[in-house]
Amino acid sequence: MSDAIKAATLEYATRLGDDSVVLGHRISEWVSYGPFLEEDIAYANVALDYIGRARMFYTYAAELADDGRTEDDFAYMRSDRDYRNLLLLEMPKGDFAYSQVRQLFADVYYALLLPQLEQSKDETLAAIAAKGVKETKYHLRRSRDWVLRLGDGTEESHKRTQKAVDALWGYTHEMFDMDETEQLLADAGIGVDVAKLRDQWLAMVSDILTEATLTVPEDSWAVRGGRTGYHTENLGHMLTEMQIVHRSMPGCQW
Amino acid sequence: MTKPTEKLELFEVFVRSKRGLDHKHVGSLHAEDQEQALEYARDCYTRRSEGVSIWVVKSSDICASQEDDADCFYDPSDDKPYRHATYYVLPDPVNNM
Repeated sequence: MSDAIKAATLEYATRLGDDSVVLGHRISEWVSYGPFLEEDIAYANVALDYIGRARMFYTYAAELADDGRTEDDFAYMRSDRDYRNLLLLEMPKGDFAYSQVRQLFADVYYALLLPQLEQSKDETLAAIAAKGVKETKYHLRRSRDWVLRLGDGTEESHKRTQKAVDALWGYTHEMFDMDETEQLLADAGIGVDVAKLRDQWLAMVSDILTEATLTVPEDSWAVRGGRTGYHTENLGHMLTEMQIVHRSMPGCQW
Repeated sequence: MTKPTEKLELFEVFVRSKRGLDHKHVGSLHAEDQEQALEYARDCYTRRSEGVSIWVVKSSDICASQEDDADCFYDPSDDKPYRHATYYVLPDPVNNM
């Protein structure tokens, strides 16, 4: 592995790990607040899938970095400016409709991205993706179900779901941005060219929203910055809570 | 305020384990419909790899015997020992039945 590829792969694994841990944490905020017990358990399962995925990406990043850091350093010892996750995933959990719409946007994205990453020439990334493909199939089944139920449910649930779709739409564009790092990896057959996923994502999401009697928004605004460390104010607050124990008692074990 | 689960249906969950031949009743849960019940059954009852197959059925669709029925359902069989194989004395040539 050349130095340039190695550095890019480290960055890539970190980005994917950040995406997973941030969304996993946001989902975990529903634990004990779910609309009813069964959903509480089911959604917590999804959170665990994401946190498990974050561990795999971070472990690989730590292996590539080879500077003594571990998965915990990646998750707990980096500030918001160091995080490279997509903004969509760091938005506060909002109401249940908001979380499920965000989940749908993310699940459709991973349903397209992971099968391609599974073909990566990098065996570790391919293996992590292979596990994620199975998980995502189930996640998408759930979030699609919920968006259909809520969109095509009561007047109130429809209103809240449409509001969430409109509020989150501008954050979805960033998912399909390519930069030098990701282009280098895509050209090397290691990373995924996410720019090519947008049309399919839009078609799949539009189908589901339409079936849910929801309106697909115009592409009138877009916010970006997660991949370069420019986050919304929400991530800092989230990380404060997520990292407090580790930072207060570094290296503590029990 | 009504609890959210009051509007949901109750379902009974049956899981077939890896080495099991039949589905066994493992519990019940609330869900909007049978598709959702199946998903929740997966999340609530197979988290530790307990199963390879799940059935869910609306609790209201199960017709169950009642305690009051016990007299007429089960007592009449008590005085019919000839329904058990052990009631019969086998002739000696029939070994190892």
